[in-house]
Amino acid sequence: MLLQITEPDSPAPPRERKRAAGIDLGTTHSLVASMPQGVATVLTDEKGRVLLPSVVRFGEHGDITVGHEALPWLARDAANTIASVKRLMGRGLTDLGDARQFPYQWAQTTGMVRLKTRVGEKNPVEISAEILKALRWRAEMQLGGALDGVVVTVPAYFDDAQRQATKEAARLAGLNVLRLLNEPTAAAVAYGLDHGAEGVYVVYDLGGGTFDVSVLRLSRGVFEVLATHGDSALGGDDFDHRVFCWILEATGLPPLAAEDVRLLLTVARSAKETLARHETAPVAATLSTGHKVELTLTAEMFTDITRHLVQKTLTPVKRALRDAKLTLEEIKGVVLVGGATRMPQIRQAVAEFFKQPPLVNLNPDEVVALGAAIQANALVGNRGLDSGEDWLLLDVTPLSLGLETMGGLVEKIVPRNAGIPLMRAQEFTTFKDGQTALAIHVVQGEREKVADCRSLARFELRGIPPMVAGAARIRITFQIDADGLLSVSAREQTTGVEASVIVKPSYGLGESEIARMLEESLAHARNDMQARALTETQVEADQLIELTQHALAEDGSLLNDAERAAIDAALEELAQRRQGQELNALRLSLAKTNRATAEFAGRRMDRSVQKALTGKRFDSVVQD
Amino acid sequence: MTIQLTPSAVKHIQASLSKRGKGIGLRLGVRTSGCSGLAYKIEYADEMRPEDVSFESDGVTVIVDKKSLPYLNGTQLDYRREGLNEGFKFENPNVKSQCGCGESFNV
Repeated sequence: MLLQITEPDSPAPPRERKRAAGIDLGTTHSLVASMPQGVATVLTDEKGRVLLPSVVRFGEHGDITVGHEALPWLARDAANTIASVKRLMGRGLTDLGDARQFPYQWAQTTGMVRLKTRVGEKNPVEISAEILKALRWRAEMQLGGALDGVVVTVPAYFDDAQRQATKEAARLAGLNVLRLLNEPTAAAVAYGLDHGAEGVYVVYDLGGGTFDVSVLRLSRGVFEVLATHGDSALGGDDFDHRVFCWILEATGLPPLAAEDVRLLLTVARSAKETLARHETAPVAATLSTGHKVELTLTAEMFTDITRHLVQKTLTPVKRALRDAKLTLEEIKGVVLVGGATRMPQIRQAVAEFFKQPPLVNLNPDEVVALGAAIQANALVGNRGLDSGEDWLLLDVTPLSLGLETMGGLVEKIVPRNAGIPLMRAQEFTTFKDGQTALAIHVVQGEREKVADCRSLARFELRGIPPMVAGAARIRITFQIDADGLLSVSAREQTTGVEASVIVKPSYGLGESEIARMLEESLAHARNDMQARALTETQVEADQLIELTQHALAEDGSLLNDAERAAIDAALEELAQRRQGQELNALRLSLAKTNRATAEFAGRRMDRSVQKALTGKRFDSVVQD
Repeated sequence: MTIQLTPSAVKHIQASLSKRGKGIGLRLGVRTSGCSGLAYKIEYADEMRPEDVSFESDGVTVIVDKKSLPYLNGTQLDYRREGLNEGFKFENPNVKSQCGCGESFNV
């Protein structure tokens, strides 16, 4: 094909549909969904798996593994294998509480935390970007080309720093972020649009380690988040832990070795999962001490020992309803999100509390990604292609935003749960005679004192003409864009002097750090290319293995024993090298297999030609 | 790292640029697309960007972004006539395979 010079940035040749995807970047696992045929579907990896464990490992040879392949390293190589990085996004060391609870080595910094790994210091943005890259690669393989845009979901309680960090991670992974979307809102999108239901809904999201509840109003074509609440330290893991404690109590075991704790937690988790479908679950394990554990956990006992955990989820639910000024009777439906909502006692408790059974017809692990995919599809401009209605999406601020005033108090400008995008302004004045400058300190939080809230930004408005105290009129405007990112500006009304700040959340990354990371990604272009070549070759090898095995099963009789042995040997070698990281060896093996099967392919061709010709006269064949 | 232009490519690029009336050179790159993984990009360049590298070949400035460079290193760009068509052809030593139509390729 011969190419012509095109104008820069001229759009790609028109195609019917743009490639958009929704990404649920989760604490324990992440996944990606899209709407390739106008229907939201989750995308699987080459082994058919939907959930990608949110685990990243930095290996000895500079290799980076993500997901299932990184999981086994959690125990063996903890310092270089990072799990639950979402908890670190946009956080400083002081935000973490006791940083020793994590098995990582921390670098001493004042900004966002940095982890010391064998490939140098890594921040949570860079680590999350690796997870996003894996999902991007998966989506591009499945959708057959580069993504035009993605929607990434974040918990409703994420503050500016955490949102900014998520956006930067996506940017670093080479993704075009159309917008960030609150997870409960995404779940409502998945249900609301699929079913065309209107009314007030509650999204009850119990994940591995966090609980969130949101109240949303779906009315003709519009989604509006009325209130959000949650508990960032309550999740399915706590239920495992309860079962674990129950095992200890029931057996009276002495203090356990670390590996036995892990073993029993795994046993506890599988018992929990069994009880989602059965009335009883066996609890059996053999400890490193030779101790045997053999118990049976009934659904009733499980409900009993976890009752207070289930009750604990209802407190934020009540608070959210109060914030939204709603009574139970006004709730039209309850959406369950998160794998932990598969537990029957949760479904029952939710049903009893709301006096109606919850909506469960979408997979609770996938519903957020599906909603994000629907939104991405609309934002990228595919909406007109599907028969969907035109719709808007209103989101809310997770926490109030305000300014520091005299005495270290907070003047709230934007209340929590205000719909976004928004613009709010308020007038302030000077405190002293002849005051020519005003320091503006933007804070986020619900408390009254600045010291108890989170500091987002500071800037100064200078050049105010000297006036008596109280005469200047300074208008301060808060603006939040559709991604939940904030800009604040101040303007003295009589003279028009202005100052403004785009909120660099205190623990966000500076431009220079972003630039450094982008430069690094350029410096790694060669490695990326090799990684790409390897993956492509691996996919090719998989295809060849599958095709050949299929052919052998169908037409194996065409081969004599020696020929068959040669092909089997080539296939075995290929399958083995497919697992390795050696590109050249794999290519050689691929070529060898191709050669070994060439004769076989020829004979199959002959046979099928013969079949087609059998029973036909030569002249009729020619006429065909 | 090099990218070369054949004399006929140089001639055609210079003619195209002067006909267009603006532009500092030719931008080459790769993007993920097509049925076989990657596709070439060939555009007029109006500016150098921070991530760009440039080459001179017989008075023509060729600009390539660093991400694309490894895929294009050693490439010779030719302008030729094939049957009734005329256009640019990449002779790229990095290419391992191409899809049938030649729009996209693999490394």
